[in-house]
Formats: sequence, C-alpha cells, structure tokens
Amino acid sequence: MRFIRRQFRRIRQDILAIPGRAIALIFFTVLCLIPLVISAPYILKILIFMNIFVIYAASWDVLGGFTGQFCMGQGALFGIAAYTAAILNLKADLPAWASIPCGAVMSVFAGMLIAIPSLRLRGIYFSLVSLAFPIILIGVVFGFSGLTGGEMGLSGVQIIARNPVVLYFITLATMIFCLLAMLKLTSATNKIFRLGIVLLAIQEDEISARCVGVNTIGYKLLAFGISAFFSGLAGGLYVHVLRIAGPSTLELMFSFNPIIWTAFGGMGSIAGSAVGVYVLYPVMELLRFIPKFRMLIFTGIIIAVILCMPEGVVHWVRDKLELSCPRCKLINTFLRQQCRACGAPLHITVKQHQEQVQEHAAL
Amino acid sequence: MFSIILIKGAMIGAVYASLAVGFSLVFGVAKIINLAHTAFFMLAAYAVYVLVMIYHWPILASMGVLLIGISALAILIYLLFLDRIREHEGAVLLVTVALAVAFQEILLLAFESTYRAVDPFMRGTAELLGVIVPKQELLIFGVTVLCLLATLLFLHKTRLGLSLRVTAQDRETANLMGINVKWVCLVSVVMAVALAAVAGAVVSPTLTVEPYMWSHPLVMMFAAVILGGLGSLKGSFIGAFILGYTEVLVVFLFPAGSFIKGSVAMLIMVVILLVRPEGLFGVVFEEERL
Repeated sequence: MRFIRRQFRRIRQDILAIPGRAIALIFFTVLCLIPLVISAPYILKILIFMNIFVIYAASWDVLGGFTGQFCMGQGALFGIAAYTAAILNLKADLPAWASIPCGAVMSVFAGMLIAIPSLRLRGIYFSLVSLAFPIILIGVVFGFSGLTGGEMGLSGVQIIARNPVVLYFITLATMIFCLLAMLKLTSATNKIFRLGIVLLAIQEDEISARCVGVNTIGYKLLAFGISAFFSGLAGGLYVHVLRIAGPSTLELMFSFNPIIWTAFGGMGSIAGSAVGVYVLYPVMELLRFIPKFRMLIFTGIIIAVILCMPEGVVHWVRDKLELSCPRCKLINTFLRQQCRACGAPLHITVKQHQEQVQEHAAL
Repeated sequence: MFSIILIKGAMIGAVYASLAVGFSLVFGVAKIINLAHTAFFMLAAYAVYVLVMIYHWPILASMGVLLIGISALAILIYLLFLDRIREHEGAVLLVTVALAVAFQEILLLAFESTYRAVDPFMRGTAELLGVIVPKQELLIFGVTVLCLLATLLFLHKTRLGLSLRVTAQDRETANLMGINVKWVCLVSVVMAVALAAVAGAVVSPTLTVEPYMWSHPLVMMFAAVILGGLGSLKGSFIGAFILGYTEVLVVFLFPAGSFIKGSVAMLIMVVILLVRPEGLFGVVFEEERL
C-alpha cells in the first residue's frame, strides 16, 4: 500500500509537476489509445514507421546530441542491420524475434569497425568520414549481389505480425522501451552509469575531460556502440515491417534524415528526436496530396521553424514552459510565482534582490 | 590508355579541387559546414543550360551573368539564413541540407527530371600525349586551375586575403585586431560559391544535367577535404586530384566501374586515414592530439 502511494507521489511530483514530462506522458498515453479510434491500415502503417524512425533518430542523438560527434553515416548502421536481419530471415529461416537482435549486434560490430578509423577524428572531420561508410556499403551490396540482391534488394522477408494493430503495439512498445533505455543511459544525473555526464563533458571540452583522467576514446566508442545498437534495432524492425531490404537505406538522404528530425526537434534530448519524427513525418505524409510541391514546402517549413528556434523545438518550448528555481534548481511550471518546494520567488528582479539583501543586512 | 586516364583524371580532379577548396575555405573562415555547396555547382550547370541552350546567349556573357546571379543568391542566403544560426552546428547542418533539397525540388519543378545536355563550349579536338582530347576537357582543366591559382594568389598576396587567413586561424583575435569578421565571412562564402559556379558551368557539357547531380560531387568533395588534411587548402587540392584519378581508374579498369566508383574512392580515403589520421597534409596541434 505504501509502495503504491509512494509511486503515486512520484508521478505527481516528478512527472505531472514538470510540464515537459507531463506533455510526454499525455502524448504516449494518446499513442497507446490511437488504435481504439483509428483502424485504417494506411494510417496505422504510417504510425508504425514513425515509431521505428523515432528509435533511429534517437540513436543518432545519443552520439550527435550528447557527445557532439555528428555522424552523417547513420544509414550505414541502419542498413547493415536491415540486410543482416533480411539475410538471416531469408537464408537461415530465423524468425523475426531472433533476426532483429542479430542484426542489431551485427550493427554494433560494424559500428566498431567504422569507429576505428573515424573516431580518431573529431568534429566536422568525423562527420565527413562517417559519410563514407554508407557509400562503401553500396559498393559492397552491388559487389555481392548474389547475397544481397543487388539493386533490387531482398524481398519477401517475414512480417512480424499480419494484424496492423498488433504490429503497431509491438513497435510502440519497442520504441518506448528503447527511448527509456537511451534516456537512462544518457541522463547526466544517473548515479549508476556515469555515461551521461561523461558524454556531456566530452561534448563541452574533450581535452579537459582527458586531463581529469576520463578515457574519452573508450566512452566515445561506448556511445557509438549504443547508437549503433539502437539504429540496428530500428533497421531490423524496418525490414520486418516493410518486408524489403534494399539499397535505399544506404542512400545519402536516409543518413541525413535522423539529422533533420533530431536537429528540428532539438539535439541533446532524446525527446527532441521523438518530436521531430512525430511532427515532420506526418507533415511529409500530408503533403502527399500536393506531390509536386511536397519537398519544397517541407524544406520551407523546416527552414522557417529552425530560424525561429535554432536550438530545436523541444528546447524552445521547454524554455517557455519551465522555470528552474534559482535557489534549489527544482523545475517549476511557468505559471508559478514561487518554487513548489522551497517557496523562493521565481520571477525576482535585480532590484527586489538588492532590497532583500539590504533587509537581511539591516537585521 | 595510360594517357587517357592521365588527362581525364586531371580534368575531374580539377573540378573536385575547386569544389573542395571552396568548401574548406568556407568551413575554415565562417565555420559553416555547407552541405548545399554542390547545389550551387548544380545551379550553375542549369544556368548554362538555360542561358546558352535555350536563350542562345554568347558563352562569356552567360558565364558573367550566372556568376553574378549565383553570388548574389549566395549572399542573400548567407545573410538571411546562415548568419544568425551560425553558432548552432545542428541548425546549420539542417538548414543547408534543406536548402540543397529545396534547390533540387525547384529545379525538378522547373525542368522535370529529364536529363539535359549542354553543347560543348569549344568544339573539335586537340592531340596531347598521343591521345585525341576534346578541347572542352582542356578548357575545363585550364579554367578551373586558373581560378584556383587566382584564389591562392588572392589569399596570399592581398590584404583581404590576409584577413581571411587570419580569421580562419583565430576568430576572436582577428575581431580584436579590427577585422570585420562578418564581412570577411561573406567574402569567403562568395569566393567559394563563385569557384563552385565556375566549375559547374565549364563542366556542364561533359555531365548530364539533372536535379540530383549534387549528391555525388558532394560526397567526393568531402572525401577530398578529409583526405587532404585538416584545414589545409593545398591538402584539399591534392586530395581532390587523388580522388579524381581513382574515380577514372575504377571506371576504366572495372566492368561495372561507374556503380562502385564512389565506394572505391571512399575506401581509399578510409585506408589513408588509418595510416595517417590527420590526412595527407593536415597539421595536428600538440594539444589536439588524441
């Protein structure tokens, strides 16, 4: 009984009291309830792909947003897992629940291979090198067309579930689980794994991090591995939903997509990638009604939004909705005048502060 | 056979070099990763198609017009979009990708996705090293190399060039020394775009002009910049030639060469990085070594 009460209190104080988290909770509840209202297979299919791409975009964010290493070749990791899952499923008759994790593990191995030459470089040079790997892989795909199907790709991969509602819930559950895992892994306040805070340190100043004795290369590799694992998971799911593994996953735009989504939603917060996908992907689908101007309007929207909020949507909204208490650093709703824990005034001006100090001195 | 490869490689290398030098100039001075750089290359090719093939303007006049037009477009884009978000790396990536796609879509709307061809500026052939070479290819090589030399001379012999190099080395100090950093950034952007536009204009007769032609040069340009080394214009130049020759060799020697030319070039870049992480001519400061 006490446990339940404690959990309720936790929800009320740690989630509902913080606007960003409350919105996320409401949003995911709505996502869970959507199949009750909508049963059109087409819309469900779009939602399923959105769920998968959220994992993909968030996996880019682990490396790009938290560590500051912009990987422009995320498509390579996604594609390797997609091809591995498809080949295992078609040639070795592995069921989906086995081939998807195998694909993810393969993607981690490939990620380590990619990391050896590329993580020696930093910043933009890492980005440019990582761009090479999807292109190399295209060469491999065309070179071993017996195994990979060449330009046509591999078709007839087993689908996870025939019923779109079941498929939707499977992808939704995987997505929520992956997002929570990535949030926990990269959280800077996590006491068990120090990963989040170290990644932040690397992003801020890698040399200083090295000077205080952090094995930055090891941590970057770890971040890259995590990123590769989750993109691999997304790749495996994608192949088992779409039923085709083709070279389109290795194209330039496919690697740029997670960057577009995450930079739009806000980097350095896993929520940003979710916002990016859930806003931009439906916009893209809606614009199908005007196919000629589709991409043009899409890019126009992106540019307009990012010029207003260069940090990304999530950070902008959060700045508007949340106030950090100047005394105890607890996050408050923007409507409050006083901190909900310590009662300190939230909107204090310099003049008021000086008056308070003088009063204090007079006492 | 050998001399064909020599000449073709030099031509392609020169084109990549003018793209790569421009890109590393903008990155060095303005700290902008411009993914839309080759979109300007594509725009120049289309401008040549429209002015020369449709309106039958003389070539020199249309070159002048397209250079002014594309430079003006670059200034507009820089001042409207890039200048205010320069501090946010992710936003810059996003906006430049979006711009490149927007150009692609505008061209798709205007010209549809059919392949276009431009007549060569100079007809006829010349004999060089025992090979018959179209004069157009010699023109491409000559014009791009001349432009690159002019860029180098500008950077090393004029005061404005000096202030560009200084800003690339240390932005804050340059600002303190009275250099107008914003103006210098603008100059670097215009120079880079002009280089790309000249390359795109002269090379257009040998390429198929289509709205997706920006992505392959973009990748090769990145590879050239990385291969040549961090922040070294000479490195970008030589890296571009290495990649140009690789591409030509692969196309000539392998049966399905044009499918895998990109992959082989990238593979060479990765191998060189394994041996020399800072690139061929990169300078590694002691504090930056990891």
